[in-house]
Amino acid sequence: MDAIGLWIGAFLTLGIISFLYKDNPWYKLSEAIFVGVSAGYWFITLFWDSIYSKFYIGITDKGDYYLIVGAILGFLMLLRLVPKIGWISRWPLSFIVGAISGFYLINYFSSNVMRQVANTVMPLFSTEYGQSLFTAPIGTIVANIIVAGGTFTGLVYFFFSKEHKGAFGVTARIGIWVIMITFGATFGYTVMSRMSLLIGRMDFIFGDWLGLIK
Amino acid sequence: MRRQIPLIITFFIGTLLVVSVFIPPMESLKETFTLYFDIIAVFAFFLGGGNLLRVHLTKLSRRKQDWVYSIVTVVGFAVVLVIGLLKLGNPGGITASPTAEGSLFQTLFNSILVPLGSTMYALLAFFVASASYRAFRAKNREATILLIAAFVILLGRTPFGMMLTSWIPESFSILQIPSLAVWIMNSPNLAGQRAIMIGIGLGVVSMSIRIILGIERTYLGEEK
Repeated sequence: MDAIGLWIGAFLTLGIISFLYKDNPWYKLSEAIFVGVSAGYWFITLFWDSIYSKFYIGITDKGDYYLIVGAILGFLMLLRLVPKIGWISRWPLSFIVGAISGFYLINYFSSNVMRQVANTVMPLFSTEYGQSLFTAPIGTIVANIIVAGGTFTGLVYFFFSKEHKGAFGVTARIGIWVIMITFGATFGYTVMSRMSLLIGRMDFIFGDWLGLIK
Repeated sequence: MRRQIPLIITFFIGTLLVVSVFIPPMESLKETFTLYFDIIAVFAFFLGGGNLLRVHLTKLSRRKQDWVYSIVTVVGFAVVLVIGLLKLGNPGGITASPTAEGSLFQTLFNSILVPLGSTMYALLAFFVASASYRAFRAKNREATILLIAAFVILLGRTPFGMMLTSWIPESFSILQIPSLAVWIMNSPNLAGQRAIMIGIGLGVVSMSIRIILGIERTYLGEEK
């Protein structure tokens, strides 16, 4: 079974890589398998995790009858398939949208706004760094200034209600430089992660499958 | 009526969740709603799976271009459904988890989905490299900054980066490319990330308020 799985894995890996040459039947076959199998896989995983473990077991073993509301909402969503009463499927959608809005309103404000601001405004001189107020390493002081200043200028760049002119324009210009560094770093990081995936696949082909790498 | 009820539901549920944060006995509401989402998601998957079948069966019946591959998609989907629902080839039988080690369902995941998924993402390395070759021309100051930051991070994460600057004395180690990469990640990159995150946070908060108050209604689609 393992050997068959290895050969299937190698066949599909090479099929996807073959796209580098051009779009071809081998790639299309691998792509079609990917679409069908992944849709089936996630459906089954969700079915056993949610419908069976949470819903069925929840009702039969724990008596959590309130879960029926979730099933009713889910069923209402299927009414989309009946054109005459399809508009009812908006109810579960509204439930999801309303719940996510309420949930995100508080969560994002707390984690993305409040906590980020709190972590940005760090003391330059503090006894946290040592016994004296002035024992903070110069590197830490510089880093704290760059993080606070960079965040502020970056936010100024995103403020479009005022024309980027004069001192405001200069600050926004510095902000775009900071954001460009972020984009560059993110790009470099993403490329490296993709490279490590590629190395992993090559390791699979030449090591696990062909046995050329010991 | 068709639009009023959904707006009322959104307002009521959204407000309820916001209020629940301030009333400790209502805190479990979040977990209950999360369970509802999970259950609704399965029904949404019924729609998604049905749609996948509809699209590919239509393609098959009309013999559209590349219809042969639709057979592969439909068969792949059906085979995984049967194996997963009936737990075929599962050493623990029908009572064991479908993803148990050694089960046919998990073997399908390991032999098909893992190689396909990781190779698809690995392929992006080539496309990103070719796109960056075209986009990364130091045409102006901003592009040059982006280019330098990306280059330092790329080199800093390889042994080559260390090799290039290993001659720099220890007292100036910050100028060594790996140290410089770490510094970029922890200082200017962090500042930019924070600015973006705070911006996203404020955007999400304002959009949530608009949705709860019924000002934003695009999620309801067009009136029919």
